[in-house]
Amino acid sequence: MIRWTRRLAVATAAMALTMTALPAMAQTVLKVRPFGDLRTIDPITTSDYMVRNHGYMVYDTLFAQDSSGAIKPQMVERHTVSADGLTWTFVLRDGLKFHDNQPVTAADVVASLKRWGERDGLGQQLMGQTASLTATDAKTVTLVLKERWGLVLEALGKPSSMVPFIMPARIAATPATQNITDPIGSGPFMMVRGEWSPGAKIVYQKAPMYVPRTEPADGLAGGKRANVDRVEWIIMPDAQTALNALQAGEIDIFEELPPDMIALVKSNPRIAVGRLSALQGVMRMNQLQPPFNNPKLRQAILRLVDQEQTLRAYVDDKSLYTNCPSFFMCDSPYFSNAGWRPADVAAARQLVRESGYNGETIVLLDATETALSPATLVVAQAMRDIGLNVDYQAMDWGTLSSRRTSKNPVAQGGWSAFLSGPAAPDMWEPVGHLALRSNCDRAWFGWPCDETIEKLRAAFTTAPDLAGRQAIARQIQERAVETVPYIPVGQFWLVRGFQASLKGLLVAGLPVYWNVSK
Amino acid sequence: MMLYVLRRLAATVPVLLFVALFVFFLLRLTPGDPAVLIAGDQATEAQIEAIRQQLGLDKPFIEQLLAWSGRILSGDLGRSVFSDMEVTRLIAMRVEPTVLLALVAIVMALVIALPLGTLAAVKAGSRTDRAVMAFAMIGFSSPVFVIAFLLVYVFALGLGWFPTQGYVPLANGLWPCLNSLILPSMALAMLYASLLARITRASLLEVLSEDYVRTARAKGLMPLRVLVRHALQNAAIPIVTVVGVGIAALLGGVVVTETVFNIPGLGRLTTDAILRRDYPVVQGLILIFSGVYVLINLLVDLSYVLFDPRIRY
Repeated sequence: MIRWTRRLAVATAAMALTMTALPAMAQTVLKVRPFGDLRTIDPITTSDYMVRNHGYMVYDTLFAQDSSGAIKPQMVERHTVSADGLTWTFVLRDGLKFHDNQPVTAADVVASLKRWGERDGLGQQLMGQTASLTATDAKTVTLVLKERWGLVLEALGKPSSMVPFIMPARIAATPATQNITDPIGSGPFMMVRGEWSPGAKIVYQKAPMYVPRTEPADGLAGGKRANVDRVEWIIMPDAQTALNALQAGEIDIFEELPPDMIALVKSNPRIAVGRLSALQGVMRMNQLQPPFNNPKLRQAILRLVDQEQTLRAYVDDKSLYTNCPSFFMCDSPYFSNAGWRPADVAAARQLVRESGYNGETIVLLDATETALSPATLVVAQAMRDIGLNVDYQAMDWGTLSSRRTSKNPVAQGGWSAFLSGPAAPDMWEPVGHLALRSNCDRAWFGWPCDETIEKLRAAFTTAPDLAGRQAIARQIQERAVETVPYIPVGQFWLVRGFQASLKGLLVAGLPVYWNVSK
Repeated sequence: MMLYVLRRLAATVPVLLFVALFVFFLLRLTPGDPAVLIAGDQATEAQIEAIRQQLGLDKPFIEQLLAWSGRILSGDLGRSVFSDMEVTRLIAMRVEPTVLLALVAIVMALVIALPLGTLAAVKAGSRTDRAVMAFAMIGFSSPVFVIAFLLVYVFALGLGWFPTQGYVPLANGLWPCLNSLILPSMALAMLYASLLARITRASLLEVLSEDYVRTARAKGLMPLRVLVRHALQNAAIPIVTVVGVGIAALLGGVVVTETVFNIPGLGRLTTDAILRRDYPVVQGLILIFSGVYVLINLLVDLSYVLFDPRIRY
């Protein structure tokens, strides 16, 4: 009995020693303070950027944009196009699986694309050109177009805002007007639904069944390797609190670090600051109501706004903004500065005189918590300086986003102008461009109406090649300088602060967390 | 007594009804449209309208009010327009941090304020009295967020004793939970402690000059016994009243404290819901807050019996 007791004691001690000798199997957790909160897990029913970013965590796409803006295959192994450009065949990679370990099939792809095509603008155009979209076999999808359409790959590799993410067919069967509730996806991370607390925390785990491409990660394309076990998005509305947490090492990444905090962070050697995503500053005018229903006055504002002066109100660091004399992003293949003339106050005054402006009130809306609020103040003062009657109205984003839907005259709760900053992918090319759309009532708030621009946008989709598309983009630029659907106030970067010890953080135009290791 | 309690409880019904109607009207008068915020920047007017229909926001005002009132009567606070989660579930998820934060803050405030207020009263006019009153004045007039950031700067970023933000649930252990609540509770307790210290001093000063206190001293009772048994107990009613009233200030302070310390409680839920025009959540929260406030006032009234046997209900 004593011998047995002794043996047991020895065995227990040995086991205890072994356990202490083993390295702890701790999970690596990447803690991120995202710029907003997640409202829904359905990236198809809303264009909300937070939902899009969630989409990139849990879903993969057929094609994706690399850091140079080129469209690269992602879930697709290979694709072919018939000589007449009408039949497209896509073959999926081997071993693709959803988070429930079910294989990704062509039927899932067809269902996902059809649902996306009901909601997204570019998707609707693609589906409008589609004669049939079918699963030929388990791994092959065949798309037959009614007529040649030049943006098939651009649509399938669309980076923002409603992205053609691939989800299981049973989930994609949810009507496109209803939110999906099942987070099963096809991407490098799985959402831990049970730990989701709206307004507090969203948790993702590495998806062990995900098969990354063999190429290195590049932008949104390439091998999406989850190098951490867990990613936690910790919602922190207060920027100062987030900065404290970053400095104390309680979080690893602070998305959208306010520019006035950059200097504070740079003095800390353990913290690094880097570019997160590019935006285009947009001053949008209401073209349904006086005085901005007058194109001459819009031209006057285009000559008035000095990008350098306006953007420096946002950030006083030349590496974080660019004067970009174009309606397209400066690094877009469709960039053109045709027709653009530099800011000139005297010329602006002359154009105001020619416009017949008679002191009508210009209601300038400003959401004071947004990045472009200081720039709005600069624009307001510049307009006052040339004799315009500006009624500057400060409010929160919730009020502004509702107010800008009003088509009423300013005296009845309407508005004249506001500043906003759409993300680069939404200002990249003419078709998906948020603010160039000039299809009247269906255009973005401000409702520009220009048949010429709309015809050019339609022609862009059928242009035979890149050179053809660039030529059309140039014509759109020239026309936009005349009709002024909006004022580009320059290009600027949102920045993120992060622990300098992090490796592999990608600059992909939006925040993505594969390839990152701690 | 029971009749009194029942009568008071019955009286809360019209109060809550009035609060509910007031909040409903106020929110509808606030500029902003939840459907627009939900739809995102690129939504078409048709998509926004579809969301408005889904949420029932396209219906006439009276129809919305009747539908909401009907649901409230059956105990259903509706669903969040932001997350589509049941409001009761959302609130239930956020109750623990707020209740614990408030409790720890109240305990801290009482532990700080009662001895300081008593000391100031006993040593009225002395340097100690002036120091205590200066502390109370500074605490009362400093905004919660200023105190909060100072505490973070010194104790979290400087000394590294506490985390700068976040909340550890009680289920993860008592000490980790308390550790995450110490700085926010201190920030929250400052205002409350200042108020209580001043009231304690004022009440005690009044009571200490009463004849029965002089008699107690003349009988040769120990000064501590005179203070605790005769003076403090008789000074308790104004103090308890302020404890109750102060809970309203505490609820206001919770909103700021939870934001600064990133505690996912009811205060954060309230600010988030207001910014998102999440009408059902704001309405549900205000109802809960007013219910709690009414209940605390009732408890304060009932507690008078304990301190003054002459009071009968």
